Amino acid sequence: MTDTDITIRIPNPAAPEPLEAARLTGGARPEDIEYIRKEGAVYVYEAPVRLWHWVNAAAILTLMGTGYLIGSPPPSMQIGEASQQFVFGYIRFAHFAAAMIMTVGFFGRIYWGFVGNRHARQIFYIPITNARWWREIFFELRWYLFIEAEPKKYIGHNPLAHVAMFFFVTLGMIFMIITGFALYAEGAGQGSLPDTLFGWVLGLVGNSQRLHTLHHLGMWSIVIFTIIHIYAAIREDIMSRQSMVTTIISGWRTFRDDRVE
Amino acid sequence: MSQIETFYDVMRRQGITRRSFMKYCSLTAAALGLGPAFVPKIAHAMETKPRTPVIWVHGLECTCCSESFIRSAHPLAKDVVLSMISLDYDDTLMAAAGHAAEAALMDTIEKYKGNYILAVEGNPPLNEDGMYCIIGGKPFVEQLKMAAEHAKAIISWGACASYGCVQAASPNPTRATPVHKVILDKPIIKVPGCPPIAEVMTGVITYMLTFDRMPELDRQGRPAMFYSQRIHDKCYRRPHFDAGQFVEAWDDENARKGYCLYKMGCKGPTTYNACSTVRWNEGTSFPIQSGHGCIGCSEDGFWDQGGFYDRLTTIKQFGIEENADTIGMTAAGVLGGAVVVHAAVSALKRAQKKTQEKVEG
Repeated sequence: MTDTDITIRIPNPAAPEPLEAARLTGGARPEDIEYIRKEGAVYVYEAPVRLWHWVNAAAILTLMGTGYLIGSPPPSMQIGEASQQFVFGYIRFAHFAAAMIMTVGFFGRIYWGFVGNRHARQIFYIPITNARWWREIFFELRWYLFIEAEPKKYIGHNPLAHVAMFFFVTLGMIFMIITGFALYAEGAGQGSLPDTLFGWVLGLVGNSQRLHTLHHLGMWSIVIFTIIHIYAAIREDIMSRQSMVTTIISGWRTFRDDRVE
Repeated sequence: MSQIETFYDVMRRQGITRRSFMKYCSLTAAALGLGPAFVPKIAHAMETKPRTPVIWVHGLECTCCSESFIRSAHPLAKDVVLSMISLDYDDTLMAAAGHAAEAALMDTIEKYKGNYILAVEGNPPLNEDGMYCIIGGKPFVEQLKMAAEHAKAIISWGACASYGCVQAASPNPTRATPVHKVILDKPIIKVPGCPPIAEVMTGVITYMLTFDRMPELDRQGRPAMFYSQRIHDKCYRRPHFDAGQFVEAWDDENARKGYCLYKMGCKGPTTYNACSTVRWNEGTSFPIQSGHGCIGCSEDGFWDQGGFYDRLTTIKQFGIEENADTIGMTAAGVLGGAVVVHAAVSALKRAQKKTQEKVEG
């Protein structure tokens, strides 16, 4: 992630009248024209990563909504006889289906960590032995506490976001997948595939009620992450020196200035 | 061990006819989930095998396991089981008392070293060197260890012996400890429940005597034939659960209609037991059928899982007493507020910076 081999591009004076179309869109100052001639963008999130992000976001929203309802069911409905009505069954089905999609997506994401670009690997580890990285965390914390006047430029996740991604998303999702499948194994029955793979979790936790509670608290940790994630992405999009929201749509990280620090 | 009678001898001596005996064998086969081919096998084992001596010890408990056991639905099963196990020591049921009783215990251990089954009802408290439970002038934990040393296998009766039950509930002042955490070197069968279902108890014993081996156990050491499914999986109110039809209050119309008790805190979905299939009191009923949710009595630490009438467990860590939803919503609410404040300060800072730049610029 730390590229020291930086090429600073120098504008080519021999170029023909640059960017005529850009001038036509109006309001362009000479320095704007000078700036947009440079490649002020890095391709960070490849298509599979972006696809995973949005599928995952949709799955997690579904899981939160249905999961909350499984813990606190909606008011009883009297559509027909119990044999004609499957309201709670559908809620649980949606939860399980979204969980399966999320799990498959997570495995796909791990695979992409191996074959994708270097940014695809960032969320799977934290460089805890790198002293400089720790200093950067505190720098970013000071930026969020309004102590630093200006943030730094980052290509991938900034160190603070990196920590949040690692703990809430990578470890958080592993925790939710393991506890979730352990709960699913209870319904699937002893000797079933989910039970063979994840039945040991119930033995470890001891009591299914306790396992439910842990899974439930896991959901709230992801709710908390979601709030921070969306707020930070929008705030950084406005206040930082690089793009955030468009990056997870197009994959390109654009920068607002060409200063070296 | 020629002096020990076979099960069949005992039954005949008790005036049980051959016909009744065969009925009992069929019933046992059915209860254990075995095919008809096993009926003659059971009969053969009963006719030829000497009775297995059982020592039944009592620690910190309420005797509800014994009470349940002697109420086994099929009267024959109770009679047979009580007489077919050579119950050489059980301080609650035996006629002898005092030194005579303790002598019987020592005799049995000495005589059948390595061949008897130790049934434990209740558990030993370990605090103060076990002084919270004294049997025959000695801490119960000593009697338990001594009796366990030469036992072939141990049956942990009930939630007390299996998990600790109420005396081990937080903060567990006497340090009541389940049997498997005290006896580490013997095969232990947990038959949890407060109390366990009578037919489950007799079923486990009959299986062990008939086949001379432990029943198949699940990951938590419980007989898989009775504890492999949750109450919820076989609950006759399950269709109302799937339909989303719940009892909302104890006296509402839904309660009268027999809807699902999930919202009333029923622990059926998290409790492994045979109540919804075997039922209680000669198969008459079980808690959910009587309109009350399951309290999860056969689960590890069931006293510490919050109220019996709450779906979500009360969490007591960090000095708070709330359920996961309240904690999560509070945290999300506080965070949401913080985000709004942070956003406002960010906007102000930004506006301030712009004004400054304008002034300077």
